Amino acid sequence: MTGTAVAPPTVAKSAPPRRTRLADPAVGVWLAAAAVTAAGWIVVAARGGDFLTLANVVGILQNCVALGLVAVGQTAVILTGSLDLSVAYLISLGTLVAATTMEDGSVVTAVLAVLALSAAVGLANGLVVTGLKVNAFIATLGTAFILRGWIEDNYTGPAGKVPASFQHLGYDRMGPVPVSLFLLAAVAAALWFVTRRTRFGHHLYATGGDEHAARLSGVRTRRTVVAAHVLCSLCVGAAALFLAARLGAGAPWAGTEARYDLESIAAVVLGGTALAGGRGGVAGTLGGVLVLAVLDSVFNQLGVDPFFKNVVRGVVIIAAVALYARRGTGRPA
Amino acid sequence: MQATQTMLAMHGVSKSFLGVRVLHGVSLDLAPGEVHALVGENGAGKSTLMKVLAGEHVPDEGTITLDGAEQSFTHPAQAQAAGIGIIHQEFALLPHRTVAENVFLGREPTRRGLVDRRAMEARTAELLTELGESGITPRTYVRDLPVARQQTVEIVKALASDDAPARVLVMDEPTAPLADHEAAQLHALVRRLAARGLGVLYISHRLREVFDLSQRITVLKDGRHVTTVRTEDTDTDQVVRAMVGRELSAYYPPRARPGEAGDVRLTVRGGGNARLRDIDLTLRSGEVTGIAGLQGSGRTTLARALFGAAPFTTGAMTVGGRDLRPTSPRRAIRAGIALVTEDRKAEGLALRQSVRDNALLVTRAVPARGRPPAARDLTALLERVRLHARGEDQQAQFLSGGNQQKVVIAKWLAARPQILLFDEPTRGVDVGAKAAIHTLVRDLAREGLAVLIVSSELPELIGMSDRILVMAEGRLAGELPAGASEEDIMRLATRGGPAAHPPVPASPEGSA
Repeated sequence: MTGTAVAPPTVAKSAPPRRTRLADPAVGVWLAAAAVTAAGWIVVAARGGDFLTLANVVGILQNCVALGLVAVGQTAVILTGSLDLSVAYLISLGTLVAATTMEDGSVVTAVLAVLALSAAVGLANGLVVTGLKVNAFIATLGTAFILRGWIEDNYTGPAGKVPASFQHLGYDRMGPVPVSLFLLAAVAAALWFVTRRTRFGHHLYATGGDEHAARLSGVRTRRTVVAAHVLCSLCVGAAALFLAARLGAGAPWAGTEARYDLESIAAVVLGGTALAGGRGGVAGTLGGVLVLAVLDSVFNQLGVDPFFKNVVRGVVIIAAVALYARRGTGRPA
Repeated sequence: MQATQTMLAMHGVSKSFLGVRVLHGVSLDLAPGEVHALVGENGAGKSTLMKVLAGEHVPDEGTITLDGAEQSFTHPAQAQAAGIGIIHQEFALLPHRTVAENVFLGREPTRRGLVDRRAMEARTAELLTELGESGITPRTYVRDLPVARQQTVEIVKALASDDAPARVLVMDEPTAPLADHEAAQLHALVRRLAARGLGVLYISHRLREVFDLSQRITVLKDGRHVTTVRTEDTDTDQVVRAMVGRELSAYYPPRARPGEAGDVRLTVRGGGNARLRDIDLTLRSGEVTGIAGLQGSGRTTLARALFGAAPFTTGAMTVGGRDLRPTSPRRAIRAGIALVTEDRKAEGLALRQSVRDNALLVTRAVPARGRPPAARDLTALLERVRLHARGEDQQAQFLSGGNQQKVVIAKWLAARPQILLFDEPTRGVDVGAKAAIHTLVRDLAREGLAVLIVSSELPELIGMSDRILVMAEGRLAGELPAGASEEDIMRLATRGGPAAHPPVPASPEGSA
């Protein structure tokens, strides 16, 4: 260093800073999921329990399905810089529509009805956000109120009945693996494919990254946002069908009790997708869902009281986002 | 120019926004291989005219003819498909996407319905090579590139039309965010493009580069075409006169007379932090001190260190005779230091707030303590900086660059500072407002303020400063008296390398 002879002043522009794969939140969150699992295993083992039993692992994965479906859809919307707070009530309504339609109609009709309802709600959300230029937070909150009013006016409690043939989706297994997990895998894979490999996917990122720049580059940003909302609501519809199969009936509290609206946003953000849009993706979101599910399972095994459980979840989410913010500050001033 | 050589012609273009006419039948033509400069004060309609050409605005009247065929663009994508690329004043790149993804944004090549990443990256690499730009790989994230390289990516993006070869490139203030040596690289690139037969429409406030680059100059004023002249037949004075419609007899106000430099207001001895070393500096009342240096030499860092935004970590500093090394902007403001930042929109103004709220921002945030009461009379203050606004309620975002800068200055004057630091005081400011700001700065010095100016525009620095300190690699490389030549400054600024310095201990952080 100081002792060496005159160094040649040819050192050109330093190469762009190399970002390790670890710094990518999508990778980090999976490592975090592994770490949480390991920690859970140790803690539970210390109490004489066994965390990594097949039954428990399958249970964790099964618990991922509903939230995973919603969060994957939510990812698409958040990538464009929008947001969907109406998902919880849409799930409730979806289960009710599914179960009542199945009670005196065919399963196929019910599935189509739920998906059509979802697409319509997503379309409405998208059009209000892009056309009326209502902030997504307020627009989808409004939709949530409207759906809630509809539910409360028309359903007083659980309604409809899901035939045994459709309950296979909720309870069957192929070997040790629940069938519903394939549903999540298929939806997530489809979403991953769409966001990463299609032009629409590129435009999702561009719209969320800088809407003005995207528009000037010829991207139809409004259409992109509307499509993202429809896509999200379709995923929510899938979650509603799964929950209907699980519950055997429609329930007005199916979506709201588990707070799928805020929970899904938390999972997306935990997975490294920026709430402002433009960065992140489906892979990270699945990791976020898994972290939340593993935490849940650990707490259940330990019998921790719900208050403490929520405190830890809150701390984890805030810590994760603080960590991402530290990494994402870009270039020094 | 002969008519046969005309490739692009805009004829009688008019455009109104909300009933306000911003373009009055402007005509313009462009030949292949020509660099045609478009100059005028802010608000003269240059950018609007170019946005009409690029399909972002639909003109109310007038025609656009490209290669003899009349065009009517209603969307930027159509103009691009016809071979017209535009580089906007603000960067239109996505920092978190790769170079290739940015270049092909909105028209990603597909294979069997899917984005063909390989083709996209190959084509981007090809375009970069064609432009003679090595050192950018298509997979790099844009956020990891220096500003000058990002500019190159913008150019590639503008040229990478798949339907038709690019014919026209519109550049709106491309060198505004660049330091001099980076601007020179860009100029070379523009010349290469023109040599390949591309027509370039070049908007700039930097008249020197306009004269260096262009074959013809068109002057706009208040939305009207004033004149189009061959560059070789005119000079700076004529162009400036056409732009402002009046004589700017002296570009810069007279410097301080001997004896006007008064008390010492601020001293630094051995100041240093992560990017600065051994800074010795004295600022006196009544004196304008200029700081020169290349981009990355630490000019801005120095101003931010004095202001406590990126504080010194070593050394001693006095403000107004008392020991004080500000560790936050708030302390610096309390001590009477003000900093007009380089990035007005991000750091200087609350863009969606009114002129009034902006002007009172500092006095409201940092109530007077041991400092004379804040100027209550806002109206007088705004007159003082010669602000042209529709009223105190107008939002800052709707002001021109020059008037925005005046609001920033007013904001600081309201706090009655003793020491005023300017980082690029006239960046993105038109010629008329520039002169007003220069006069104001000199008046303030004459009233007893100590002024420090950081500027990458050497003529401005030379014209304004009573003495010039040159920075290189985070140190002060030397001091020059008033009226030093650009060559002297550049010699000091570029005199780097290990030989000129005592050995520098290896520092872990690189500069980005």
